[in-house]
Amino acid sequence: MSTTELGAISEAREEPGVAPFADEDRFDVERIREDFPGLGQIIHGKPLVYLDNAASAQKPQAVIDAVAHAYTYDYSNVHRGVHTLSQRATEAYEQAREEARRFLGAEKREEVVFLRGTTEGINLVAQSFVRPRLQPGDEIVLSTMEHHSNIVPWQMLCQETGAVLKIAPIDDRGDLDLEAYEALLGERTRIVSMVHYSNSLGTINPVRQIVERARARGIPTLLDGAQAAPHGRIDVQDLGCDFYTLSGHKLFGPTGIGVLWGRESHLRSMVPYQGGGDMILSVTFEHTEYNEPPHRFEAGTPNIVGAIGLAAAMRYVSALDPEQVRAHEQSLLRYATRRLQEIPGLRIIGTAREKTSVVSFLLDGVHAHDVGTILDQEGVAVRVGHHCTQPLMERFGVASTARASFAFYNTHQEVDRLVEGLGQVVEIFSE
Amino acid sequence: MSDLREIYQEIILDHYRRPRNFSAPDEISHEASGHNPLCGDRIKVFLRVEDGVVQEVGFEGAGCAISTASASLMTEAIKGKPLDEVQEIFEKFHGLMTDQKEDPSVDGLGKLEALSGVRQLPVRIKCATLAWHTLQAALRQSESSAAISTE
Repeated sequence: MSTTELGAISEAREEPGVAPFADEDRFDVERIREDFPGLGQIIHGKPLVYLDNAASAQKPQAVIDAVAHAYTYDYSNVHRGVHTLSQRATEAYEQAREEARRFLGAEKREEVVFLRGTTEGINLVAQSFVRPRLQPGDEIVLSTMEHHSNIVPWQMLCQETGAVLKIAPIDDRGDLDLEAYEALLGERTRIVSMVHYSNSLGTINPVRQIVERARARGIPTLLDGAQAAPHGRIDVQDLGCDFYTLSGHKLFGPTGIGVLWGRESHLRSMVPYQGGGDMILSVTFEHTEYNEPPHRFEAGTPNIVGAIGLAAAMRYVSALDPEQVRAHEQSLLRYATRRLQEIPGLRIIGTAREKTSVVSFLLDGVHAHDVGTILDQEGVAVRVGHHCTQPLMERFGVASTARASFAFYNTHQEVDRLVEGLGQVVEIFSE
Repeated sequence: MSDLREIYQEIILDHYRRPRNFSAPDEISHEASGHNPLCGDRIKVFLRVEDGVVQEVGFEGAGCAISTASASLMTEAIKGKPLDEVQEIFEKFHGLMTDQKEDPSVDGLGKLEALSGVRQLPVRIKCATLAWHTLQAALRQSESSAAISTE
């Protein structure tokens, strides 16, 4: 792929005559930033510019308070004790499930499984839903832009069962080739597992169409929502998928907690993933009767306070005006894309028609790690590397990129700081 | 900015842009590949050792400024040196990178001292030491396996 192609495509995204700040962006970002204590720090003598949100997001005070409150006043184990604290903890944990149900637009609370994150969600579906249905030669459909967490669990499954991976290609902009995808669907396809928003390219996948074409052939679908969820509520009923999974820490919540949503009939048909306490109805040494979903998949003491913190994060995000958030993030994306393209020798990787606020880029003659180090010295945090998407990097013929990923709490001034930091990189590396 | 200039010194940038000994020698007695999983960078180090002396050394690969400059400076530092001296240089350099001391000795390191700024960047020390560990791996090859790789 040539650089000029990418450049031309990115230019086409610009709307001439629209000033960067004067678009539909009416989001009160300064007010929002006050909710995030981590954002106010000084790094290497400069105000932090946190542009690594796709890796993990900063936490609002509401989440920190919810976690502290749960540990301070409402803490004990869940689903066990008859005493007050256990009842309070159980109530808060199950209330968190209700919050997650609402965030995902799910019909039933029982369809919401708490687990460690997106990675575990995908592994659970792979092991408990897909594996028992697989015969040698059966097919699993993914796309080129999957995160390693949506590749490796399936690869492991293929090695064990003799099933094969089919990879739906993308074009040079980073858009999924829908026709090629559809051509992969067949009699032997047992699942389509695909990313909703790409972490490396920012591509927003046409998941409704992806799901629809699979459903028309009776093929179940799993969507990796790790990157989509931080941008607003999800409506799994509208998407029509069979499973949807997300991570709490990218959604401004705690680490080590995430959600798998699955259709009730699927969850009921699934064998447990891990054995232990809380996932059983009765146990003898001869036989164990498994608990109902979702508890069937939550063996052992769950991440109780993580779930409570995640619920607080979901409440926080849900309280924001989704249209304002979208307009602000898209404004940041447009502004960053335009400003970055002004830098000579900078090439943006990923120029899909519909993009979330992620910009991956390369700077001529400078390794991404040097970009990352110099930006850090300027107080600007970006991710550098392969972003756990090595096959995708190979598709674009690069080893690594630098990636700026914006959350709703980022500002246009922070884009300017990024550009200034890149100016330093260019200055240092110019002869 | 002063911190950055301390890390990205002119000599480092020079060796990044124009790496020295950036090819495999015609005759090779020892070689090894190194990989930094953090960034995906790969490097190959080649040696021709005769009579216990590094007669020729070269490297290949694509990396960041720090890893490329470190590899390039390393080849200059060890070329023509007997193996026991190479080992001494390795240990001194490794000490410079990993020593917790405020002001570690740079005696005898020559141009390699330019990399001392990397000490400020714990996550980047592996970039600076990649070529050196690859060198060690190459030298650990037994004479018999070294002979196999000689062409």
